Amino acid sequence: MSKNKETKGKETEKEMMVKLSDIDPKFKYEISKLPGAENVLLCFQCGTCTADCPIARFSDFYRPRKLIRMVQLGLKNKLLSNDVIWLCSTCFTCIDHCPQDVGIASIVRALRNLTVEGGTMPVVYKELASNILKTGYTYIISGLRLKKREDQGLPPLPKANLESVAKLFDVTGFSKTLEKERT
Amino acid sequence: MSELRYLLFLGCVIPYRISSYEISARKVLDKLGVELVEMPEFNCCGFPMDPVKHDLMLTLAARNLCLAEQQNLNIMALCNGCFGILNHVNKELKEDKKLKEKVNGYLKEIGMEFKGTITVKHLIHVLAQDVGFEKIKETVQKPLNQLRVAQHTGCHVVRPGKIVGFDDPENPSTLKKLIAVTGAECLDYMDEMECCGNPISGINSEIPLQLAREKLDHVRAVGAQALITVCPFCHMMYDLNQSRIERTFNEKFRIPVLHYPQLLGLAMGFSPDELALKQLRVDASKILTEVIAQR
Repeated sequence: MSKNKETKGKETEKEMMVKLSDIDPKFKYEISKLPGAENVLLCFQCGTCTADCPIARFSDFYRPRKLIRMVQLGLKNKLLSNDVIWLCSTCFTCIDHCPQDVGIASIVRALRNLTVEGGTMPVVYKELASNILKTGYTYIISGLRLKKREDQGLPPLPKANLESVAKLFDVTGFSKTLEKERT
Repeated sequence: MSELRYLLFLGCVIPYRISSYEISARKVLDKLGVELVEMPEFNCCGFPMDPVKHDLMLTLAARNLCLAEQQNLNIMALCNGCFGILNHVNKELKEDKKLKEKVNGYLKEIGMEFKGTITVKHLIHVLAQDVGFEKIKETVQKPLNQLRVAQHTGCHVVRPGKIVGFDDPENPSTLKKLIAVTGAECLDYMDEMECCGNPISGINSEIPLQLAREKLDHVRAVGAQALITVCPFCHMMYDLNQSRIERTFNEKFRIPVLHYPQLLGLAMGFSPDELALKQLRVDASKILTEVIAQR
């Protein structure tokens, strides 16, 4: 029993070991300049965010407190190649409950944005982005649906200005990111 | 600006999947003398793009805000997600000059400028604050006195509390009061503010189902005959996905999930068909039989 425990403990320790060569000491400052992430240095690891996180209750991996600590330590590469950052459901409970006013959900958002800039985007977001570019709407609304609206006496759906939408994708630099994804 | 006139921001989920919410909302708002103006043009509120590009979210949201400014109308959203993002961006751009300059730099490319002249509301703000409980009460002709329901307010209509500044994000009461006006009893249950989980459905299919299952479990435990929502995205989790939840966890819930305007509409005396109750996936006829039997 005790041996098992020890082995387990050692494994965890090994997993948690941070090599100095993995660290980007300036990463926390980079993050702290991003909107909503200004207070990342103030996190004192109380764990309120993880305790109150609805996703953490059902996930074995998503731990907002751990993510913030990893930012503070500068584990940039580990964070930006980690699928776990896509599990935040943006309920904002962590933001409301944090005693240090650390915008945890916004920091997770910043990590996602950086990951996407680095060339990795979950398929679902590629689909949604492409739908918005094609129709202005996040989902493709079928002709059948549009006909049904009419039958139900609902007014026609507002039309999208696709030229403007495409322009906004361009000027914010997101078109380029999408192109990179395609190639 | 005339007090009860709004630019209706439908969003994407409603026309894609949840027309029953729109149909019932239009019915009850008309009865309450609320005038809805259609958006002259539309694009997604921006919320789904925030995870991939914050600036894109800002500009998509700001473009909708500009469209409302051009009409000199406040926005009313039916979806928590649309309300949350449009309200957040509107407030941020009004307060943060630097950010406003940046976003206006983008908007210039499409010949628009954010000025900061309108406000963004959710359906329940309009009902509770602008229409008022007294006026709603006057339209209730068939109070639903025997009905016992539970409510799911959802996240973005109250959180982050600092940004939204409406109701108590820990223990919101607006929807409960709106339900009480219909004559139905609104029951308290465990973890009322728990998230529906739907925003991560595209990433992980298990966790949202677990969250929704727990919600339905808590709602069932207090004996609620229906769950009442005010967001199409939350509604999807509990209504559209309920049979999937039942299959996955080998449970039987069969809890009808009504949009608040459907509940209010029934109390106003509209027929179930007028309120598109048949479009709900979980059969609501059991509670309807009771409601109608009382009339």
